[in-house]
Amino acid sequence: MADQVKLFGMWASPYSRRVELALKLKGIPYEYIEEDLSNKSCLLLKYNPVHQKIPVLVHNGKPVAESLVILEYIDETWTNNPVLPQDPYDRAMARFWAKFIDEKILITTRKVSLASGKEQEQAIEEITEQLKLLENELKGKEYFSGHNIGFLDIVANFLVFWFGNVQEVLGIDMFSEEKFPVIFEWIQKLVKIDVVNECRIPKEKHLDYIRTRVEAFKSSTK
Amino acid sequence: MERSDEKVKVVGTWSSQFVMRARIALNIKSVSYEFHQERLWEGKSELLLRSNPAQKKVPVLIHGGKPICESFNIVEYVDEVWSSAPSILPSDPKERATARFLAAYLDEKWFPSMRTVGYPQGEDARKAAIAQLEKGLVLLEEAFVNYSKGKSFFGGDQIGYLDIAFGSYLGWLRVAEKMSEIKLLSEAKTPRLLQWADSFSSHAAVKDVMPDTEKLADFGVRAKILKATATPKL
Repeated sequence: MADQVKLFGMWASPYSRRVELALKLKGIPYEYIEEDLSNKSCLLLKYNPVHQKIPVLVHNGKPVAESLVILEYIDETWTNNPVLPQDPYDRAMARFWAKFIDEKILITTRKVSLASGKEQEQAIEEITEQLKLLENELKGKEYFSGHNIGFLDIVANFLVFWFGNVQEVLGIDMFSEEKFPVIFEWIQKLVKIDVVNECRIPKEKHLDYIRTRVEAFKSSTK
Repeated sequence: MERSDEKVKVVGTWSSQFVMRARIALNIKSVSYEFHQERLWEGKSELLLRSNPAQKKVPVLIHGGKPICESFNIVEYVDEVWSSAPSILPSDPKERATARFLAAYLDEKWFPSMRTVGYPQGEDARKAAIAQLEKGLVLLEEAFVNYSKGKSFFGGDQIGYLDIAFGSYLGWLRVAEKMSEIKLLSEAKTPRLLQWADSFSSHAAVKDVMPDTEKLADFGVRAKILKATATPKL
């Protein structure tokens, strides 16, 4: 019986895009289902009752939720082109920085987007520190994973398209080639990879989307 | 020298559920290690700051001089380096995914509610927290029935990843029960988990690292006071 793979995702979500990138890197055919987050489908709620969030991968009818969990599942189930390193120490490092991205950088990005004044300034300082720590992991390497793109590059994919768009809408300068030359060099390499481009978030649509969300939040907190 | 023969050190505290996970994993594999106890009220040690500069948190596993941080990372690392039985993670990818998912859920959603129950900030918050905890326990009771396959642990005959993930919270769970005078684990609602809690706590790999409930409750009060009176970071 052929494998049946479905991905419930959302076009603007960096978590969703990273799963798509992993599937494409492995050459795994899948059916993509776009979720309207303001009106979640019954299927999504059935497949992820605990968090009711995307992305959810459904493999032969069985759901897997949480993007980092999904990435490890994909790597363990389709063992061609492994994305996690072989060495246990390197794997631990990759997992550590992936979690750092999700628990620190992406959370702080949200703070930056929704805060203003001093609070926003503080959040920008935090994120600068966090990005510097992440950049250190890239020094002396072609990709986070070494000579080829791998797990941490996939998780850090939000820096390639998504992050710059957020910055543009907010009109702040926290992420530039000047400040993060090593990350920017890495971005230049990533955009040359076909499957990375296939997961590109459409820019204008994304800028509108972010603008709408930020405005909605600001008006709801007045 | 074989990787698995190199020196192992754990930097941690007796009270931390995250540190407990690292120690249980090493105990399961019968790996001897040196335990560096952080002095709780005296600021973080040089060793901790040097080995985990990004997060400055315990536990840190230092193996052959190399630091590994984050409790679940450490558990997976230990399982991969000392790969001879007993295995900590299940072998099936779908079961592994479920174990990792529930472990993350416990840390991110479930435990924060536990803190509110143990040290409540108002009746409404307490009620909402209890509801969240009970919801999680129903999930876990179901998971236990599915994965234990009639045996004593989530991992079957042996303690596994989910046993460690949830079992490391038993100390705080008992504190919350004591402080709030409600039974979170009960014969009526979570009969299998109730039984499992005893088996887990008395397991050879766990009993010496499970904190005493009274001591933990006192620590919790002290930590809360300290946090409330700490000078905010400018």
